[in-house]
Amino acid sequence: MKFLSRFIENAGKFFEKGQPLEKLYPLYEAFDSFLFGSNQTTKQAPHIRDSIDLKRIMTTVLIALIPCTFMALWNTGYQANQLIAELGTGVPGGWRGSIMTAVGCDPHSVLSNLTYGALYFLPIYVVTMVVGSFWEGVFNLVRGHEFSEAFLVTGLLFSLSLPPDIPLWQVAVGISFGLVFAKEVFGGVGRNFMNPALASRAFLYFAYPAQMTGDTVWNAVDGVSSATPLGQIAAAAPGQPLDTLSFSWVQSFLGTIPGSMGETSTLACLFGAAVLLVTRIAPWRVIAAGLLGAILCSCFFYFSTNDANPLWAIPPHHHLVYGGFAFGLVFMATDPVSAAHTAMGQWIYGILVGVLAIMIRVANPAYPEGIMLAILLGNIFAPLFDFFVIQANIKRRILRNG
Amino acid sequence: MAETKTELLSRSIFKRNPIALLVLGICSALAVTGQMNTALVMSICVTFVVSFSSLTISIVRYQIPNSVRIGIQITVIATLVIIVDQLLKAFLFDLSKQLSIYVGLIITNCIVMGRAEGFAMSNPPVPSFIDGIGNGMGYGFILMSVAFIRELLGSGSLFGYEVLQLTTNGGWYLRNSFLVLPASAFFLIALLIWLLRTIDPSQQEEN
Repeated sequence: MKFLSRFIENAGKFFEKGQPLEKLYPLYEAFDSFLFGSNQTTKQAPHIRDSIDLKRIMTTVLIALIPCTFMALWNTGYQANQLIAELGTGVPGGWRGSIMTAVGCDPHSVLSNLTYGALYFLPIYVVTMVVGSFWEGVFNLVRGHEFSEAFLVTGLLFSLSLPPDIPLWQVAVGISFGLVFAKEVFGGVGRNFMNPALASRAFLYFAYPAQMTGDTVWNAVDGVSSATPLGQIAAAAPGQPLDTLSFSWVQSFLGTIPGSMGETSTLACLFGAAVLLVTRIAPWRVIAAGLLGAILCSCFFYFSTNDANPLWAIPPHHHLVYGGFAFGLVFMATDPVSAAHTAMGQWIYGILVGVLAIMIRVANPAYPEGIMLAILLGNIFAPLFDFFVIQANIKRRILRNG
Repeated sequence: MAETKTELLSRSIFKRNPIALLVLGICSALAVTGQMNTALVMSICVTFVVSFSSLTISIVRYQIPNSVRIGIQITVIATLVIIVDQLLKAFLFDLSKQLSIYVGLIITNCIVMGRAEGFAMSNPPVPSFIDGIGNGMGYGFILMSVAFIRELLGSGSLFGYEVLQLTTNGGWYLRNSFLVLPASAFFLIALLIWLLRTIDPSQQEEN
């Protein structure tokens, strides 16, 4: 280790100002701080001693995402293995099949499920990271910015929010769009007014709807259709009771249902929420207000019955476990950069996100799920809420103190 | 320093492009750029209207009372737009259907008013006419560039002829539905502005 440390320290002098590799300094800095941490210290007062920095915040978010990632791997494999067992087709072909023959396709085996899930999740994740790092690198080198760990979170969130069957080139196109247009053109990390992972997903959603919301994308078996709970309810006959559908509340809560890879399990999101709230990285007001908004809005739809549309009849506690609501509210809406910053602003922002998510889900027949669009709209309004809260505060103080 | 006539023409296209630098006429640039032929017809219509309205207004600029000048400019512009609209309906009925209200809305296109008020009111007829043609061509340049990308990647065709065979027709190209939506033109125009300002840094705002 000492040798490596000394090697990197020595190499550092080539990257300093006026040296031949000056332009590549951000790359050197990223590599150095990734391995050893920074040895730069603040020289001028005031000093604030706090161990929490951007790097640690992002690492905590990654830790909070571990349960979701685990469920993504397991559930993707579980859904696929279950379908394969039902259809009796045996181990599928292709390069994935040749690996799967070693483990076998058995929905009761955790190893088999995890392997199958990994064979679908990891390629998406690797493509996201490689393409994303490329754009991140280009902009950081041109601007001389330091590399930030924020991208690790963006990349993981984006991968988790995709359906398992998405073509890899679309993953590459999506993350390129999101990173460049939602983050880099506004100045990079910390200056994005929108969540870049969601912007990437939204781009794919509008560009390639068949691959993002079609019937056959929700499972990792080629050409077999399976519907998410919300899709099933939307397609159900009016007046059909919920318990006749092929999943229960508990299943939706645990996440053993088809859906985008990381969002099916509300339980895993709750673990993540606990980590983020205890470490105070996610603003609790946003989560509380989001829940409040969603419950209010779903109660409104539930009690003002509409027989023609089966989506109106979903009880409020079912709304909370369906679709990406929990995942979006815990990990995306609470993004410290794009959420509102003032306390009052966070309440309004959260309620707006919650209400819009349910409203788009229920009242808009074109979009089965609304949390993505709700958060993006919330992101756009967040600076406005903050502005009014600050103005109101200034006015109040003038009145009080003259 | 007065500009020569070629400078007047070329500068209106690149140096002070009505869409890219003045950010005028955005709404029609979003609406009609889904296909190359609508974009081309729209560009020709706007070029015709803006050049002849500038010419007419410049000729009568000393007779226009200052207090009612906007009304008189609008009258001239509206007359020209109605002529264009009727010609399209008579000879290119299908395209006129596709362009729908956007031909009529040339009346409110800020570029036309902007050139009339900003240039033709204070310049002789010939430079005004050239300025109008230049601005129409600058508008057309952006429209055609945006429509090229949107139609090629969004529908796999150019001027309605299939270039990239779509998967729906048994080909290999999966169309990008995002580029069919008018909002995608925002991103493309932004990219074009980025490109123009990188080539010519004098267009950048000072910090």
